[in-house]
Amino acid sequence: MTKEELSKSFHPDEKGFYGPFGGAFIPEMLIPNIENLKKNYLKVIHSETFKKEFKSLLQDYAGRPTPLYYASRLSKKYNSHIWLKREDLTHTGSHKINNTIGQILLAREMGKKRIIAETGAGQHGVATATVCALAGLECIVYMGEIDIKRQAPNVARMKMLGAEVRAATSGSRTLKDATNEAIRDWIAHPTETYYLIGSVVGPHPYPDLVARLQSIISEESKQQFREKTGNEFPDYVVACVGGGSNAAGSFYHFLEHPQVKLIGAEAAGMGLSSGKTAASMALGETGIIHGSMTYLMQTDDGQITEPYSISAGLDYPGVGPLHAWLNKSGRAKYLSVTDKEALQAALLLTREEGIIPALESAHALAALNQMEIKPDDNVIITISGRGDKDMQTFMDQLNLV
Amino acid sequence: MNKLTNVFNHNSNLLSIYFTAGFPNADSTLHVLKALEQGGTDFVEVGIPYSDPLADGPVIQNSSSRALANGMSLKMLFDQLKELKNTVNIPVILMGYLNPILKFGIESFIENCRQVGVSGLIIPDLPYEIYLEKYQTLFEQNNISNIFLITPQTGEERIRKLDRASTSFLYMVSSAAVTGVRDGLSESQIQYFERIKNMQLKTPAMVGFGISNHKTYREVCRYAHGAIVGSAFIKHLETHGDDASEIIKFVKNLKNN
Ligand SMILES: Cc1ncc(COP(=O)(O)O)c(C=O)c1O
Repeated sequence: MTKEELSKSFHPDEKGFYGPFGGAFIPEMLIPNIENLKKNYLKVIHSETFKKEFKSLLQDYAGRPTPLYYASRLSKKYNSHIWLKREDLTHTGSHKINNTIGQILLAREMGKKRIIAETGAGQHGVATATVCALAGLECIVYMGEIDIKRQAPNVARMKMLGAEVRAATSGSRTLKDATNEAIRDWIAHPTETYYLIGSVVGPHPYPDLVARLQSIISEESKQQFREKTGNEFPDYVVACVGGGSNAAGSFYHFLEHPQVKLIGAEAAGMGLSSGKTAASMALGETGIIHGSMTYLMQTDDGQITEPYSISAGLDYPGVGPLHAWLNKSGRAKYLSVTDKEALQAALLLTREEGIIPALESAHALAALNQMEIKPDDNVIITISGRGDKDMQTFMDQLNLV
Repeated sequence: MNKLTNVFNHNSNLLSIYFTAGFPNADSTLHVLKALEQGGTDFVEVGIPYSDPLADGPVIQNSSSRALANGMSLKMLFDQLKELKNTVNIPVILMGYLNPILKFGIESFIENCRQVGVSGLIIPDLPYEIYLEKYQTLFEQNNISNIFLITPQTGEERIRKLDRASTSFLYMVSSAAVTGVRDGLSESQIQYFERIKNMQLKTPAMVGFGISNHKTYREVCRYAHGAIVGSAFIKHLETHGDDASEIIKFVKNLKNN
């Protein structure tokens, strides 16, 4: 493949397909909204005013660029060169803020007055509530009843920021159901409401929109890596995958450079064969979830199964269509990491480097144990968020009381 | 000729009723169908239960989870519907989300529909464009009518397009909402019904979502070919179970007051 063909194949076609994945499988009620978004998103995000404002907010409000930090003690441990892309140091504590700043500017440009969002770990909810406060817009966040319990600090943050948190009480009462509720809300409020989706999932053009907004991660890391090492490319880029937005952003500017190996870490929960897992790449089959054709975990009858992971942000039975395509085409490889492995990796990073990562990000760190890294290899791992929200789980699970 | 098309050619003020297959009990499906026909329902929509029904409100969601817990699946449904032709004469359409259908295999799904005598399909998350590109021929070869939705937000040009592609009726979603029980009709709903009526479409339209009693049924019949009642009937089944005489009473009350 030429470079151009290669690059084209990682962008969706006009109908939103990456190879066989993606598209917009949505009820008629949502067609006008999606058409409107499709018509506007590229125009807006390519405009000079947007670019200027986005850049300035990322810098002065969110605290970008985030450092690319050489983790020397961890490197010694793995006998290689490990670099951490520190999304945990952004305002609100995760990469989710990159996307919400971008989409709130888009929503404002489109004249929307009411913002709705879904959240799992609460990081996207907090990031959405934050930009709504910043923009002075009404904010409603749907969150699974179970997640409201296990991510209590983030619920409090959203409330303090002025958002209304609505519990999703159907199904598994986690991220999948919060997303269903947000979509139902959008159906019922078709004109004034903007659905600010939190990952590279959902109907086209959301996966492409969110990937573009998160691509700042690799835009920075590519340049930082070159400056710090004098080398053109790292050997590996590793990121955790829930819906896949921090991974999409971490991979984006390396996609066309096949010498960079791309690794996604998904949540195996209690183990791939335990029945309590969220490993949609390893176990999923092609189907439709939240308007997108992708891999998802489902029964033989095509019912979406209830996922499980200790990490609320990875507790999703599907995966963004870009990742389904990267997996199928062989461009990226996806590893599954159990709860236990993630907890151990979180403790390791904390004790070796003094950084408490989010449970989600700990999955990316744990993937190192499954990779065959050579002594001179350079590995960039995205630390997608910080662990403050997970302290209760860490205390309980690691017996830190 | 398709049975469904025939109903529209000969009647107005049609009443269609929706219920979820396998609810309240796994073996309720045929029983409910028969009672609905006896009560005077003109055609029936049988819902295929799904874990993630995006366009449905709490009442239908709940019936869906219960049907799934009862073990309902497409395989079981087609097994039950083998007796369809021996049970009722009124047309039956299936309403379901795309994922279970794809998992079943869409060719064999359509083939099964034809064999048991299903007249039409409503697949809310199969957009018109993808239907046209991938499935139209398959549907038409099997004489299965695909039913499109229109909403208050659907633009005129698109309505005309859907009208041309329709072979039985257009499903007019009564307001911007998911399914559910609502009380009366608002001024803006009436304006929307009038707007569609004045477009003089070739395809008859049925109004659904939020129609729950005789009054709203009669009212929408002034603008459309009839009405579809869903959540209100599911609620009835929740309270009264699948008792035939209660179902007949429910339909008669709706139709004739
Ligand atoms: C810190 C953190 N990392 C990762 C994720 C997973 O999302 P994604 O795969 O879209 O990056 C989340 C989601 O809540 C998160 O909070």
